[in-house]
Amino acid sequence: MGQPVTFRRRAVGEMGTPKPAAVGRAARRFMGKRQWAIDDFTPMEETRDRARMIRLHTLANLHRYLGQFADSVERNGGTVLWAADAAEANRLISEVVGRKEGSLVIKSKSMVTEELDLNAHLQGDGHTVVETDLGEFIVQLAEDHPSHIIAPVMHLTRQDIGALFHERLEIPYTDDPEELNAVARRHLRRFFLSADVGISGVNTGIAETGSIITVTNEGNGWLTTAAPRTHIAVMGMERLVPTFEDAATIVEVLARSATGQRLSVYTNVVSGPRRPGDPDGPDEFVVVIVDNGRSRVLSTDASEILACIRCGACLNVCPVFREVGGHAYGQVYPGPVGSVLAPGLADFTEAADLPFASSLCGACREVCPVRIDIPKLLVHQRVRAIRENDPFRWLGPGLKLYGQAAKRPRVWKSLLAAGRVAGRMKGRDEWFHRLPFHAKGWTQSRDFPAPARQSFRQWWKENRDGT
Amino acid sequence: MSQSMPETVQLFVTCIIDAVFPQVGRDVVEELERNGAEVEFPADQTCCGQPAYNAGHHRESTEVLMHNLEVLDRTDGTIVIPSGSCADFLIHHGPRLASGDPETAAMAERVAERIREFTSYVAGQREQASAEETETGDRPPARRAFYHPSCHALRGLGLRREGESLLDSVPGVERVEIEGAEECCGFGGLFAVEMPEVSTEIMNTKLDRLEEAGVEMLAGADAACLIHLEGGLRRRENPMQVVHIASAIAAGRQGR
Repeated sequence: MGQPVTFRRRAVGEMGTPKPAAVGRAARRFMGKRQWAIDDFTPMEETRDRARMIRLHTLANLHRYLGQFADSVERNGGTVLWAADAAEANRLISEVVGRKEGSLVIKSKSMVTEELDLNAHLQGDGHTVVETDLGEFIVQLAEDHPSHIIAPVMHLTRQDIGALFHERLEIPYTDDPEELNAVARRHLRRFFLSADVGISGVNTGIAETGSIITVTNEGNGWLTTAAPRTHIAVMGMERLVPTFEDAATIVEVLARSATGQRLSVYTNVVSGPRRPGDPDGPDEFVVVIVDNGRSRVLSTDASEILACIRCGACLNVCPVFREVGGHAYGQVYPGPVGSVLAPGLADFTEAADLPFASSLCGACREVCPVRIDIPKLLVHQRVRAIRENDPFRWLGPGLKLYGQAAKRPRVWKSLLAAGRVAGRMKGRDEWFHRLPFHAKGWTQSRDFPAPARQSFRQWWKENRDGT
Repeated sequence: MSQSMPETVQLFVTCIIDAVFPQVGRDVVEELERNGAEVEFPADQTCCGQPAYNAGHHRESTEVLMHNLEVLDRTDGTIVIPSGSCADFLIHHGPRLASGDPETAAMAERVAERIREFTSYVAGQREQASAEETETGDRPPARRAFYHPSCHALRGLGLRREGESLLDSVPGVERVEIEGAEECCGFGGLFAVEMPEVSTEIMNTKLDRLEEAGVEMLAGADAACLIHLEGGLRRRENPMQVVHIASAIAAGRQGR
């Protein structure tokens, strides 16, 4: 029942650290780059419309496209495994990895494997797991969690990373990004050459060709999917488009929205295992398609959130995210998209307060490359939260009173009059300095104006009515 | 001004202006009348219903909305609302919430089509009347003023320039820009009490930028955002003047 308002508590904790300042700076920098990339591309608005149609069409026909995708993957010589939830996904992936005991697994960036907590699971089975995306590598080294869906260490400064490398990799301290990058590269190279299994995420799967696309800026994705003998691609079940051309549309709006690039440095297309005559590539290509709550979300009025292409622009532009950072959300997917998605994917009550972590300013809707009306979906999730486990139960009676009064003009007038009586608690300056009960949340940091002695409607009645 | 019949304008004053800032309501009436309108105030209006909607209490919100749609639907002429947020709610969310049966849906559409947000209405009127005379003559020294384009006016209704042009017409005011002008002020309705610390941090970012830009006067067209920002400025003991744009216009005219 009455559960603690966990986002608020975590947010207060995070705001007491230097992390949000780093997040705010980086997020604004990202938005500046995005603006450049959008101004640079005349047909951006039409391309966004097209991307939206592609994604909504795919969701409306998801089962058909999933079937076509699976057939295409198998036709190309790959294998498809279906996982209903995280436990099944972990078990299936373990079975593929575990054919050789004590395997070395390298990973490129994947949010869905964060959902599964896959690393812990594989390590529990006795395997070694190495993250090869620079940001994820830092997260792993720090035994931390990603705080942003495309920039996992947005909450760290280069000084933080310098100190971490100094401590964990036993190198002399430096906070020069080039040097730190070179250190990570040297450290990771031997793993690329000796790994047994590479695990990647999937940014976009293509039903028509059975291909998967990953986009990166580091080239680690390429090495992860091509160097080891086995490549396992883990894909959220909604991340499909029908055709190759559709995928090109998605990639186009993705890079511009996410990092403000025309295209990411590497757009990597994998269409099956190595074929006779191919110079390289894995012998085995396995796609694990993960539901893990997505079917449930698909059947609710928040289903449109599954059209998300994971660019992160809604995080970068969000005034709440900028002040609290990603960890305050306590979920794999933070920010506006996460506040809709996470309660749907998880046991709803666990994250029922997240949809309220927004001022509904609408900035996310404005930047979403596929024009998801995130504020509307946040409100849908609020309605559901109130029904299932209201995180702000104390507001209920007040809103009931408001609802009753504001549909009856006479009662409303009495309520306003009562407000003026309460107004006697105000200071000499006509402002409240301290309000009781939950309203003290307001006066912690802000004065609140007292009701006027004469309301507008009284003035009108006395001075203008009947004229 | 044309010699034709004065236009009838229905004022939906909003609950905050009604209860807390009646002077803003009177300034709105004055400006509408100066633009040649015959202003009426439907006495049974209460509140648009948005507070309950945003909080996720849709039954309460819809009932309040329906009452006010019925009140407004019984009147004629343009409905002017001196709040971007309430106007956006009645224009964009009203028809969706009322879509349950065809009759209420049609009513919500009819009302929505008649609504104009205050700055948009006045800026439009002035444009038609080929520009408000900007008083010259004895001007007080210019004060640095910023127009806060509230989120729902900006992103819901696509308004910003309208309010800025009204502020530009106020004598003795020099309009300035601040960093992140279009970022939210952190108010967000009940968000401000549900998540008070986060709301406050967002507000502080905005107030810091206003202070950095040396703003002396903060004008806007949403009383709720202004309450929040003024409430915070008072705690900082910053004497920045915070005004609704209607009052800024009235004050400029009366030299008050």
